[in-house]
Amino acid sequence: MSDADFETIRKLQAERNAAATAKKGSRTFDPSNQRNDAGTKQKLTDSFDTDLYDRNEADKFAGYNTSIPAGNNEDEDMEDGPDNTRRLVGQYTASRELIDEFARGDGVEEDDVLAGRGERSNRIADRETDYQKRRLDRALTPTRADPFAASNGKPGAAAAAEEGVTYREVMEARELEREEERVRRAIQAKLEGRDEEEDGNVAKATLADGHKEKENGDAGSTEVATAGRKRKKRWDVSSTPAEEETATTATESGESAKPKRSRWDQTPAPPGLEAPKKRSRWDQAPSATPMVSQGLATPAHPSQAAPGGAVVPTGFGPGMSARNMPLSDEELDAMLPGEDQGYKVLEPPPGYAPLRAPAHKLMATPAPQTGFMMQDPDAVRLSGKPVRNEIPGIGDLQFFKPEDMAYFGKLTDGADENNLSVDELKERKIMRLLLKVKNGTPPMRKTALRQLTDNARQFGAGPLFDQILPLLMEKTLEDQERHLLVKVIDRILYKLDDLVRPYVHKILVVIEPLLIDQDYYARVEGREIISNLSKAAGLATMISTMRPDIDHVDEYVRNTTARAFAVVASALGIPALLPFLRAVCRSKKSWQARHTGVKILQQIPILMGCAVLPHLKGLVDCIAPNLNDEQTKVRTVTSLAIAALAEASNPYGIESFDDILNPLWTGARKQRGKGLAGFLKAVGYIIPLMDEEYANYYTSQIMEILLREFSSPDEEMKKVVLKVVSQCAATDGVTAGYLKEHVLDDFFKNFWVRRMALDKRNYRQVVETTVDIGQKVGVSEILERIVVNLKDESEAYRKMTVETVEKIVASLGAADIGERLEERLIDGILHAFQEQSVEDIIMLNGFGSVVNALGTRCKPYLPQIVSTILWRLNNKSATVRQQAADLISRIAMVMKQCGEDALMGKLGVVLYEYLGEEYPEVLGSILGALRSIVTVVGISQMQPPIKDLLPRLTPILRNRHEKVQENTIDLVGRIADRGPESVNAREWMRICFELLDMLKAHKKGIRRAANNTFGFIAKAIGPQDVLATLLNNLRVQERQSRVNTAVAIGIVAETCAPFTVLPALMNEYRVPELNVQNGVLKSLSFLFEYIGEMAKDYVYAVTPLLEDALIDRDQVHRQTAASVVKHIALGVVGLGCEDAMVHLLNLLYPNLFETSPHVIDRIIEAIEAIRVAAGPGIVMNYVWAGLFHPARKVRQPYWRLYNDAYVHCADAMVPYYPNLEEEKLDRPELAIML
Amino acid sequence: MADKLRTQQELERLQAKYIGTGHPDTTSWEWKTNIYRDTYSSLVGHPHMLSYISLAENEPTHIVRTRLIRKMLQPSGPPPARED
Repeated sequence: MSDADFETIRKLQAERNAAATAKKGSRTFDPSNQRNDAGTKQKLTDSFDTDLYDRNEADKFAGYNTSIPAGNNEDEDMEDGPDNTRRLVGQYTASRELIDEFARGDGVEEDDVLAGRGERSNRIADRETDYQKRRLDRALTPTRADPFAASNGKPGAAAAAEEGVTYREVMEARELEREEERVRRAIQAKLEGRDEEEDGNVAKATLADGHKEKENGDAGSTEVATAGRKRKKRWDVSSTPAEEETATTATESGESAKPKRSRWDQTPAPPGLEAPKKRSRWDQAPSATPMVSQGLATPAHPSQAAPGGAVVPTGFGPGMSARNMPLSDEELDAMLPGEDQGYKVLEPPPGYAPLRAPAHKLMATPAPQTGFMMQDPDAVRLSGKPVRNEIPGIGDLQFFKPEDMAYFGKLTDGADENNLSVDELKERKIMRLLLKVKNGTPPMRKTALRQLTDNARQFGAGPLFDQILPLLMEKTLEDQERHLLVKVIDRILYKLDDLVRPYVHKILVVIEPLLIDQDYYARVEGREIISNLSKAAGLATMISTMRPDIDHVDEYVRNTTARAFAVVASALGIPALLPFLRAVCRSKKSWQARHTGVKILQQIPILMGCAVLPHLKGLVDCIAPNLNDEQTKVRTVTSLAIAALAEASNPYGIESFDDILNPLWTGARKQRGKGLAGFLKAVGYIIPLMDEEYANYYTSQIMEILLREFSSPDEEMKKVVLKVVSQCAATDGVTAGYLKEHVLDDFFKNFWVRRMALDKRNYRQVVETTVDIGQKVGVSEILERIVVNLKDESEAYRKMTVETVEKIVASLGAADIGERLEERLIDGILHAFQEQSVEDIIMLNGFGSVVNALGTRCKPYLPQIVSTILWRLNNKSATVRQQAADLISRIAMVMKQCGEDALMGKLGVVLYEYLGEEYPEVLGSILGALRSIVTVVGISQMQPPIKDLLPRLTPILRNRHEKVQENTIDLVGRIADRGPESVNAREWMRICFELLDMLKAHKKGIRRAANNTFGFIAKAIGPQDVLATLLNNLRVQERQSRVNTAVAIGIVAETCAPFTVLPALMNEYRVPELNVQNGVLKSLSFLFEYIGEMAKDYVYAVTPLLEDALIDRDQVHRQTAASVVKHIALGVVGLGCEDAMVHLLNLLYPNLFETSPHVIDRIIEAIEAIRVAAGPGIVMNYVWAGLFHPARKVRQPYWRLYNDAYVHCADAMVPYYPNLEEEKLDRPELAIML
Repeated sequence: MADKLRTQQELERLQAKYIGTGHPDTTSWEWKTNIYRDTYSSLVGHPHMLSYISLAENEPTHIVRTRLIRKMLQPSGPPPARED
């Protein structure tokens, strides 16, 4: 870049700034930096008239004390107390809470009406996809019989018949369900005027279609739906012939009626109250237990079955307005005069029963408030909050949702516990514990969880699961609640062990959906439960329970069952499950079973990874025949399963795939469409396992198909093809020559088109594949082809190109790039960089990588690059300026290598001019750029000179923005480290003041840098002034700040020798203020930690101070003193300070009985450190006294000390054990003298 | 409550690793046994100590060593009878 250019820019800049100044009419205009001060007010420390008073002159307040000591009136202020100084004028200032309230918290975020919906919601149901919501369609099936319970002494079959549904019954029910589904579909088809193949073979109906039909049926024709549902009802009943009689009577009335349509979302009515007229389901609140029929399903949640219905005070029925709601006792108490005024509350007459709506009515959705309502803060009842958070016998809960009332309402009915049966009591006990776990505070939760776990076997599996599982099916369940309930299940599974068997299916119904949750932790949780469940129940139970679901009509059920089965396999071992899987995969009866079987096999490697290797052969053989299945779906899933197996076993196990290679390759030729995609995927994963020759051969075999599919319009197919190409390219056997000859042309023709850049997923895939190919064929081969795209008119396409170039160049370097290509590349990348409309990190990275890769070859282009940067630094848009500054930091190193020091000087000057930048992000980047220039150029050669630069940085230190802080402190620290002499001491002092604020920064990096800078500055200008500043800072209120000050003092002491610091520090201890004294102790602690052995010269000096501190009344005081002692003791080991150590030990020892965990930990650490310094013999003498003290409270800490000593130095303790000759502890060997 | 449980677990782990560690309910018999065993194993474990003793007793080191190891068997007598 010529000087003329530079001057132009300079002039433009000056004009721009001058214009801005004129517009703003600001007070001072500083011609040197061409910036007016951003604020509208005159600063106190600035001189107003810049013509008369030169700005660069020394601060006119120099020599004054610039900081007002905050702790001058110590004696008036209470430590941490309220501000009780008397003021003449009232102070009207907002409290911290009020200020913060609008920054975050209730008023701001939580009140967002939409916040509770969609992705961010806590409620699980709100962020589920439609597919996941199908979990709610599943019913908690009846308890199963446990055929393996014979060992309990009961005759198995007989017991089973009494206890629950047998395997045979379940299978029959499934059969009916399938048949019903088929008929329903047939009717549907007939209605739509299609011919239905009535051959009884369901294979025709593909899943996706089936479900579409199902939905259409529901929405379109009620008649059909009703018919379908009715039949459903019938199978429901007939499936349990033994109970047919009772079931029919119970459901007689409902048989033909609509209300029976849905089995899961209906409010279960109490047994006696089978309502004669039922509401349709759409306006009814969902309830937990899906089934209504008596005796068939899980009994409705016990609380809802309570005769008379639980009193539910929260919701009110559709017809009821809030005004008509019955008044509660508390409200009546508040309204009416009480007993103290001479009134009396009468008992209701005997036989009076209050007229209350039955439970299900109360639970219905509240009618929306219509019309205008005045907000009444007192009317808690209307605000949607439950009337009370307190349930008798539980205490205060964290929350209590209206839905909880449906489950836990029973606890509030105030029944007399004395009149209840044992079972009822047990039920209430469980309920109470569950409520505590679900809604309670953490400590409540903990104890309740432990009680549940400990008493699990007494409670029994039935009562526990009957209450837990419906809760998990609740629609309004939130993450936290689900997590806690799942945790309960997990814990009690351990305890219940085989008692859990009858409930396995129910548990699976609620846990399986967790396996397809979006949340990773939910999936892990689900896996853990299922794995524990299978360990508790055993393989046989798991198989017999899940077998009926394998060919369930609902795809959702099959999918989740497959995943659950994979978990079972990982828990109980693949070999145990393999025979069963083999049978399932060969099922002749239904393709769904085969499909599920293969799907299980697909999930196993995904779940277990390389752990499948020992069983790979068996697994592959299991699904090999399914590659030629008559069903497309089965074939596809088989190829996907093979892909998953190959991916998991990479790079081993090709032998196991030998048998299927042929069918796979021939299959790939025969398939079309989605099937082909699966086959190609499998091929793509197997090829990397092969050795070179085979890989080469099979690649060439598959390549024609791939090349054909390059032009496929199907997105899925494109993805698969790209993946396979990159896998093939990465294999050893595939040569660069082959790729160049056969693949590259077609690849670039089909995939390097603008359209590919528009879709995010394609974009990524194309970039990855190109990079993978590039690894083989070399940089220039790829760049030759894509470099023209850098000047394409589509921005997305340019970006895709830049990203590819960046990745390739970063991994392979630029040695391969010829001169002409180099020119085109730089030209293109400059063009792309300048033309970007949205500043993107990709462009920046690309530019940086290319320049760094080319290194000194960049020299001819640097002036052009720099002038681009300069133009962009002068841009109106902040992001452009930021990006330009970032680019400087990326290429500074290369500029140095190219010897462009003059250019860098110019850049430095321009950056310096921009230090008045108002956008903090940009300012941070500019500082970063300056820092990188300083780093490569060195302090002495820096342009502008450091003595100009640093004073400009001082005010920037005040900036609150994290990025700015980090970059400034880094720059300042670097200057302080390398060239402190270039600035005068006063300036450094000023920086010290500013640095104090940095000590309470949130980011650790900033705090650390600030602390180190204190050290450098202290070294440069001597410790006295810095120390005075730091000691003053010990008086501030924030703990964070004090702690960091203490650290800084420690660092100063370390860099400038302790004797320069200690006297002042110890003198400061005389200030009668707790904060200061604590701060001093804390600094001493850091100080002695840092100076280590040097401490031996100062031990006797600080001992009196420590004496005083160790006998202080304040706990924290003693705690901090103990940590000082610890660091001293560890520093002076073996340096002859034992006498001082013993003295300190004497003062330390009485603190042994402290109970606060922090204090006692520090005390024990200190005692241990002294043991190290003074030797175990002396210290253990203190310990023997208390080991067998009559009081346990005394023995406890003594044994702790003993154990610690034993662990650390058992051997060294041997000679020092007490001589207990009278107790026959006689070790004559130790007394041997020669 | 939870804290107690944790310290309990920590102690159990500690004792599994270091048999000689104790707790407030350690009896003096247990403690003495541990002291004896620690002493003998320390003597046996340091070859110089062992040769020092064998020199003093005028016996081969191997015999001294075996004797010391034998002594580790119930060094402070049989365990006291349980009181309940």
